[in-house]
Amino acid sequence: MISTTSTAPATAPVIRTQGLTKQFTSRKQTVDAVRGLDLRVDEGELVALLGPNGAGKSTTLRMLTTLLPPTAGTAQVAGFDITRQRSAVRARIGYIGQGNGAGQSQRGRDELLSQGRCYGMSRAATAARADELIASLDLTGVADRKVSTMSGGQRRRLDIALGLVHSPRLLFLDEPSTGLDPQNRVNLQEHVRALRARHGTTVVLTTHYLDEADALAERVIIIDHGQLIADDTPAGLKARHADSELVLAFDDAADAQRAADRLRQHVPDRPARIEPVPDPSGARRPPGAQVVLRAADAPRLLPRLLRDLEEAGLAPAAATAASPTLDDVFLSLTGRSLRDAGGAESADADAADANAKETPA
Amino acid sequence: MTTATITETGGPTDVAREADADAPTGRTTLLTDTVTVFVRELRPMLRDPFSVIFSMIQPLFFLALFAPLLPKADDGGSALQWFVPGIVVMSCLFGTSMTGSNLLFEIQTGSHERMLVTPLRRPALLLGRALKEIAPTFVQALIIVVICVPFSFDLHVGGVLVGLLILSLLCVGLGALSYALALASAQQTWLFWAVQQTLLFPLLLLAGVLLPLDDAPGWLKALSAANPLSYVVDAERRLFAGEVLAADTLWGLLAAGAVAALGLVVGTRAMSRAS
Repeated sequence: MISTTSTAPATAPVIRTQGLTKQFTSRKQTVDAVRGLDLRVDEGELVALLGPNGAGKSTTLRMLTTLLPPTAGTAQVAGFDITRQRSAVRARIGYIGQGNGAGQSQRGRDELLSQGRCYGMSRAATAARADELIASLDLTGVADRKVSTMSGGQRRRLDIALGLVHSPRLLFLDEPSTGLDPQNRVNLQEHVRALRARHGTTVVLTTHYLDEADALAERVIIIDHGQLIADDTPAGLKARHADSELVLAFDDAADAQRAADRLRQHVPDRPARIEPVPDPSGARRPPGAQVVLRAADAPRLLPRLLRDLEEAGLAPAAATAASPTLDDVFLSLTGRSLRDAGGAESADADAADANAKETPA
Repeated sequence: MTTATITETGGPTDVAREADADAPTGRTTLLTDTVTVFVRELRPMLRDPFSVIFSMIQPLFFLALFAPLLPKADDGGSALQWFVPGIVVMSCLFGTSMTGSNLLFEIQTGSHERMLVTPLRRPALLLGRALKEIAPTFVQALIIVVICVPFSFDLHVGGVLVGLLILSLLCVGLGALSYALALASAQQTWLFWAVQQTLLFPLLLLAGVLLPLDDAPGWLKALSAANPLSYVVDAERRLFAGEVLAADTLWGLLAAGAVAALGLVVGTRAMSRAS
């Protein structure tokens, strides 16, 4: 008879958290930065933690990288406990923080050499690895210059090189592209993708750039007020949670009103708005009006609406259906737009997040 | 100015450092970790030796603008013979007390955080830094001595070497204390400079670096006796005069050793707590 011992999954998760919680106390006020996070990340995944400033993304990352002890809950990273086996965790992860990893008074190459020694790599192996990274991150001309003389983009690339010196199997990046110009952001995304493709590295990054999470991650975890509110592929999130916008422009404002009334049959729960047609030049208001409504799966709805309107003699002059974005997902889930969600209500957690950097454990 | 003090609630602590025999990249020890940090700290100085001069500008001013005002010694010898050992200690005090600001800057820019995520042992982050303080202190002492030799300053090499040994203990201790202060000031930079500037001159004056305290009132002598730097300065004066086998040498060694022990205990504890 076959024994009934439970079969373990083929690969153990690279990250596993149970009820991971972090509270900060500031001026006798307790801020819940992360509340009971349960998370599992498997080998080779590329995961983005997305959320507004102060949502708890960085605090989560700081706990997983042993920089902050959790208030409650547990987490295993690369098979080791983040509070009891910190040095074993540290030896197995790479971390690229929000700041500049290289000392300002140091030379770029010297920092790479030090970094390898921190992980116990031999001098020769570190030197070879430094050469490799300097070449692949396009730092050849500046690696032997003082860090303080490098440009922002060069420093950020050096940060990435520092995080990769010991070829970690698991890499954490905290807001990697903040402060980078568009070209360097694309450049960084290419490096992260290449890392995945070539070495199968597991990557966990935080970002508040929607397009970055969308373009880069295979899995997006949306965090708000310290809690996980959604966890899926970008496409899955959009399919499940996002409404997007439909705009139908009419040359005649009366037609727009009639069309809006007619559309109510198709999308009864979503009232359509009637707006003047925007004029980019601002010189004169164009005639007519446009009908704007939000609907699930707007691009698939559009042809049906057009046919119907045409039958009724109300063919619009122009029609657009936006593809849903992750911002639409966030809006659907929280009622707020991610672009302005980092406002006053999360300022406290934000401050705690920022100060946490220097908080003695 | 109000500053938010943020304390963490709860949080278990790293009870013991587990052996990590199968670390993926290589074995390290406290010694190799300390060497790693030491070499990293030393590199900017080797790359840019002139940086050593900047932290000793003030002692050099005292040497150039204050020493000429001193009366000749009782035995008719040069006042430099008395003054130079004190200036060497002063240069050590100025340089090492400021060194925490480098760590403070690294805490703010992110490079300290980067090192905290590596498997470096926390005490090594302090030990390597504190030990590095020996290098600029020695270079500065050498510069001062070389400058003074042409001006009727008698050089006693044996004494100076023993003097440097005592000085190295002192600068490791003072450097470690400066780093501990930096860690305590991580969230309010002004605190570091407030404490450093407040302590600097009392320590200097009470050690009798600029003027002898022989004729000082009792309370001043008592304060001076409580200042470990006083014993180091006395020892350095004997040693720079070539008197190695003196009771003052032993007292200086003990005082510098005490500062080193205190600094390393306070500093390594602060560094372990801060991460």
